[in-house]
Amino acid sequence: MLLQQLVNGLTLGAVYTLVALSFSLVMGILSVLNIAIGELFMLGGFIGFAVIASQLPLPVALVVAMAGACTVSIIIQKIAYEPLRDAPMITPMLSTLGFSIILQNIVTNIWGSDPLQLPSELFDADFTIGPVRIGFMQLVVIGITIVLVAAVAFLVQRTAAGRALRAIAENRDVARLLGVSVDKTTLLAFGISGLLAGAAGVLISLHYSAITPYIGVDIGLKAIAVMVIGGTARVWGALLAGPLIGIAEVMTIAYGGSQIRDFIVYGLMILILLLRPQGLLGGPRSDVGQRV
Amino acid sequence: MSTYYAGLFADIGILFLGAMSVYIILATGQLSLGNAGFMGIGAYVASFLTVEMQWPLTAALIAAALAAAAIGIVVGFPALRLKGIYLAIATLGFGEMVRSFLLNFDRMGGSGGFHGMKHVSLEYIWLWGGGIFVLIVLLERSRLWLEMRAVHDDETAANLVGLNTTATKVGAFGFGAAVAAVSGGLFAHHHVYIEPGNFGFERSIDFVLAVILGGSTVGAGAVVGAGLLVLLPEWLRFLADWRLAAFGVLLVLVLLTRRQGILDRPLLDKLSLRRARA
Amino acid sequence: MTVLTLKNVSKHFGGIRALTDVSMTVPEGRIIGVIGPNGAGKTTLFNLITGAYRASAGEVVLAGKDITQWPSHRIMRSGVARTFQNIRLFASMTVWEHLLVAQPREGGLWRSVLPIGWADAAAKARAEDALVFFGLEQYRDVIARTLPYGIQRKVEMARALTAQPKLMLLDEPVAGMNAEEANDLRALFHRLNERGLSILLIEHDMPFVMTLCHHLYVLNFGSLIAEGTPAAVRNDPVVLDAYLGTEAA
Repeated sequence: MLLQQLVNGLTLGAVYTLVALSFSLVMGILSVLNIAIGELFMLGGFIGFAVIASQLPLPVALVVAMAGACTVSIIIQKIAYEPLRDAPMITPMLSTLGFSIILQNIVTNIWGSDPLQLPSELFDADFTIGPVRIGFMQLVVIGITIVLVAAVAFLVQRTAAGRALRAIAENRDVARLLGVSVDKTTLLAFGISGLLAGAAGVLISLHYSAITPYIGVDIGLKAIAVMVIGGTARVWGALLAGPLIGIAEVMTIAYGGSQIRDFIVYGLMILILLLRPQGLLGGPRSDVGQRV
Repeated sequence: MSTYYAGLFADIGILFLGAMSVYIILATGQLSLGNAGFMGIGAYVASFLTVEMQWPLTAALIAAALAAAAIGIVVGFPALRLKGIYLAIATLGFGEMVRSFLLNFDRMGGSGGFHGMKHVSLEYIWLWGGGIFVLIVLLERSRLWLEMRAVHDDETAANLVGLNTTATKVGAFGFGAAVAAVSGGLFAHHHVYIEPGNFGFERSIDFVLAVILGGSTVGAGAVVGAGLLVLLPEWLRFLADWRLAAFGVLLVLVLLTRRQGILDRPLLDKLSLRRARA
Repeated sequence: MTVLTLKNVSKHFGGIRALTDVSMTVPEGRIIGVIGPNGAGKTTLFNLITGAYRASAGEVVLAGKDITQWPSHRIMRSGVARTFQNIRLFASMTVWEHLLVAQPREGGLWRSVLPIGWADAAAKARAEDALVFFGLEQYRDVIARTLPYGIQRKVEMARALTAQPKLMLLDEPVAGMNAEEANDLRALFHRLNERGLSILLIEHDMPFVMTLCHHLYVLNFGSLIAEGTPAAVRNDPVVLDAYLGTEAA
């Protein structure tokens, strides 16, 4: 059963990785916690569900969900972040909270507050390798995550836009003096953050084969922990920390301590913050002194 | 007063105390997203003392406040190493740890919750609320509060004009935790049933929201913020299913038009001047 | 009687030697100047004295007590006050509040939680004295950060004065001021000195330093290269070479 749990933990961890990256793009660069990311993620799940329910294939669902979440993320940037970017960081954080309330209300009004089941034929295909049963959808979740993380890593580390992102993360004023467009780059960060949250929403509905409007907070908070544990400075940090937490969580549930898992996850997060604030993988520590 | 309004005003009182707990810590420049954790500790300690030990409520609340203050001070020391958003995230983690601990704490019902508390009157809740409000309003005029503001504005400079910033920041955590615990104890004896889910992240965020919405530079802001946070969704009931969305829109609008919150020092001065003239 | 003594103090940041083997004394009631080119280690010196940095070697002695390992707030409570090169006022406070916040607490924590108006007549008198001394009466209830630069400097000095120091550290007090304002300040510093206050100041404005200080120390690349009366330092060839040479270039 151990291997089986490992595979289940890996798919859950894959989703954590994507949401953590979604948080870290905005936070690592702007030092702002975008609370609405949990709801963008949930919205992505519901958009994906709607597309699948109207008999369209999974890739279409993924693309539409990503586009939808990305659009809303950019709206949030324009309305909730941009006008408040000189305010103490607590203020834009709460205006994103406003959006999170709005999104949750809209989704419950459209789709209701009960969990929605994805069509079960999606989950019929599976492989058996020895004692381990791997659902085809589990492979899809892991595969899409790896592709998306690789794409983000490429973008951040190898492109001009990525250099701009990193420059602003390191020092906003210096970056501006060097001719980096802070406005465009901020928009880019929110845009990619939305794309990732939207994709993760579809993937979590594949993992649980269902979606509820209340999934955003729970997974969102866990993803913040994953972000911290992996470190905001390295894209690959989240790819390590996500599965680590996912597997640890599935294991503790499987072997007794179902409720103790959160205690351990957040305890680990706090330890990392205190002892190794740059995350497991290390790397430069970005600006941490912003006034609240 | 109808029971409907009595319930609402009780909620406002409890939320106000929670908001105060954030306000006190924020006054030293530290943002806590985990005060629901202190509230939960207060709720469970006070309930244990009244139900299992038959303590009178007031004594139980004071004991709960002291216990939470001790934990707040313990939390405050590692918090010194962190600033800004990283401190906020660490406190968020603390809140979730408390919730998770309570879920596993079978002695007090675990995930099934805990009950047996005697219902407390609205007047009693506001006796605490009013008492702590008066305390804070007086404290805001004190030398100690001036020191807290100095730490908030520029910690290094505060240290270099001779202020003990460590004691100030840790003390604020302890004091804030105590007030949050009172809020929790009152919550438990108002709803006469508690479960760990009552003290999660959303509750912590509500506290912060009440402070920022009402105005984070004056204690009276938390009264306005708590009142709005409870009453606004009620006033928006005519919107039926869309009232929360409308609430979200209003929230964003207020932050965009008055980022310092509804009340601030200039506005308060103006109001008190007008009163003085009248 | 000596207020402050530095004994062979050094400070290294990693491999960089910011200060090497610096010794100096501030006798009671004197105005001592520290001069030197940019990057000579002058502000590092202040940060060592005030406990913002720890010395890598050597000893800092304040009124006979070794304060080398003391935390800042304890040093600042033991008779030292300072101003900053880049003014550091508290963003939310009025001038009057600045003059209250830096005063030593009287009666411990329990007195400090009471409203200031109830019990602190002495504190208010001290604040009033500093306010009048620096001519800030008209700005009493203005948020200090909104005032003109020169006034902000005075607020910082007034704040330092209310801490009732025996030794005042001034980091470039006349930077950015015109000759008239500088003269004005010089007169104030002389009056402070007459009240028995010792002053240690860093300054770039040579005429100002030469006419104010009783004694000068010259720092270059973290080491003392000369000391003496202003007249002696002015004519010291080593100083001319190291300091005035680079300054003129």
